[in-house]
Amino acid sequence: MLEVRDSHAYIGQTYVLKGVSLEVRHREIVALIGANGAGKTTTLSTISGLTRSRRGKILFRPDPDATQRDITRVPAEEIVSMGISHCPEGRQVFSDLNVWENLLIGAYLRKDKQAIQSDLQWVCELFPILGDRRRQSAGSLSGGEQMMLVIGRALMSRPRLLLLDEPSLGLAPILVEVIFEMLEQINAQGTTILLVEQNARMALELAQRAYVMETGRVTLSGTGRELAENEEVRKAYLGAT
Amino acid sequence: MVGYIAQQLVNGLILGSMYALVAIGFTMIYGIIRLINFAHGDIVMIGAFVTLGLVISGQIPFPVIIILVILAGALMGIIIERAAFRPMRGAPQVTGFITSLAVSILLQNLGILLLTAQPRNFFCPDYLQTVFNLGSVSLRTIDLAIVVIAVVLMVFLVLLVRFTRLGMAMRATAENLKVALLMGININRIIMLAFAIGSGLAGVAGMMWGARYGQIDPLLGFVPGLKAFVAAVIGGVGSIPGAMLGGYLLGFAEVLFVGLLPPIYSSYRDAFVFIILILILLVLPTGLLGRKMEEGV
Ligand SMILES: Nc1ncnc2c1ncn2[C@@H]1O[C@H](COP(=O)(O)OP(=O)(O)OP(=O)(O)O)[C@@H](O)[C@H]1O
Ligand SMILES: [Mg+2]
Repeated sequence: MLEVRDSHAYIGQTYVLKGVSLEVRHREIVALIGANGAGKTTTLSTISGLTRSRRGKILFRPDPDATQRDITRVPAEEIVSMGISHCPEGRQVFSDLNVWENLLIGAYLRKDKQAIQSDLQWVCELFPILGDRRRQSAGSLSGGEQMMLVIGRALMSRPRLLLLDEPSLGLAPILVEVIFEMLEQINAQGTTILLVEQNARMALELAQRAYVMETGRVTLSGTGRELAENEEVRKAYLGAT
Repeated sequence: MVGYIAQQLVNGLILGSMYALVAIGFTMIYGIIRLINFAHGDIVMIGAFVTLGLVISGQIPFPVIIILVILAGALMGIIIERAAFRPMRGAPQVTGFITSLAVSILLQNLGILLLTAQPRNFFCPDYLQTVFNLGSVSLRTIDLAIVVIAVVLMVFLVLLVRFTRLGMAMRATAENLKVALLMGININRIIMLAFAIGSGLAGVAGMMWGARYGQIDPLLGFVPGLKAFVAAVIGGVGSIPGAMLGGYLLGFAEVLFVGLLPPIYSSYRDAFVFIILILILLVLPTGLLGRKMEEGV
């Protein structure tokens, strides 16, 4: 579905991605883990078009029988409409907008009014709290509710591929459980997920496959279980001694 | 005495309407791209001259003139954004500010070149000059028109921003440009729109300025630009209702200051305006209706 081939990217003058390659297959959950500053967020940004890579290719095929497209130079808004939704790190709701408007703006590029309504319903079934709070300003929600809102908002563009950047950040463990269960459910309903996480234990448990990044490069890859049992990964990311 | 105060309040309302219209554009542009647009006042000047040109050129009905002036202002805003500010996008805030100073100087000198620095009398059709009395308050039709037009335009704008899809996109872009981009919002279009709306309102304020003061010159934009800046900051820069509130507060404060104190102090009224500004910012650093903002693009 998605193929990142030898991607090199700079942020300002800093050489951040030094040749990242990874692949996401249809209906998978793929985790991308690594220490702070490894370049995980930047990797997602190059996919969604917020950051331009200097070298390398990014290829995307929304459905197994669709034609593959090179999206390396495609503008961000077109990437959204092709079916990639990037949910950025840090629960960035639009706090001036109410909950309902936040969800609607997720569907900004869509013209199919009726399908938007049914997707609103679907999101409110996933996260009933959002329906209950629809008139409330998003800034007044709790951290967990805001996380649900940004995921819901990302789903409103009807993505084939959802890019999630650290959904567990700053949430109580019990809430993280809830969010991860939701991700599993969203995936089961047909959305492919590329998940960046600091919480490596949970991410490796959830994901079918995973990549480990260190200072701008992918250093390890394998199934979630393989990596969870890998000696180095256990030491570096799972707190084993 | 009551009549005198009533008259001053009406004057404040008129002045405040003009300040509010100019302040809105200032605040919208800052709200979206964090640009302190020093050239915004010069659109007022352009609006005044366009109006004068249209009035002189013949029998164009007043409502049509209003629409044409708004369009002219909007067009100027779009051109300036495209030519001067878009290439500076992403540069530090101070670069944008200096660019706007350059645009301001350019527009003023272009004005002097084309129109000479000589102040010109602003013709107002007779039917707009009719004076009528409401109790002890006397008003010209144009004064009434200024207030009504300003209020109608502001109500339109508030409805647009609050209740339309486009308004939602504008609010989202003003709050978080990066995430707005991720929603698929065409940010360039939203920025262009902010310049168009803001400059259109400044243009129509120029028509009002000329009608109110009777004389216009290519440098007249400085004062309304500065007042709009103050009004926007008082109201909380980035907030449209704040700019409106700030504009009217400033209008009233200025008129009452001039009206109630002995005439020898009236030339200090601009100093007084800045004292109000400083006092408000000491108590409320983000202005009356503003909220904390992170630095943007
Ligand atoms: N705005 C910026 N200016 C300069 N350098 C930056 C900027 N943003 C990120 N970087 C650098 O790019 C590198 C990769 O950053 P990135 O955010 O992609 O890492 P990350 O893996 O997502 O880290 P984290 O786990 O902390 O979110 C870091 O070394 C960081 O210092
Ligand atoms: Mg990150």
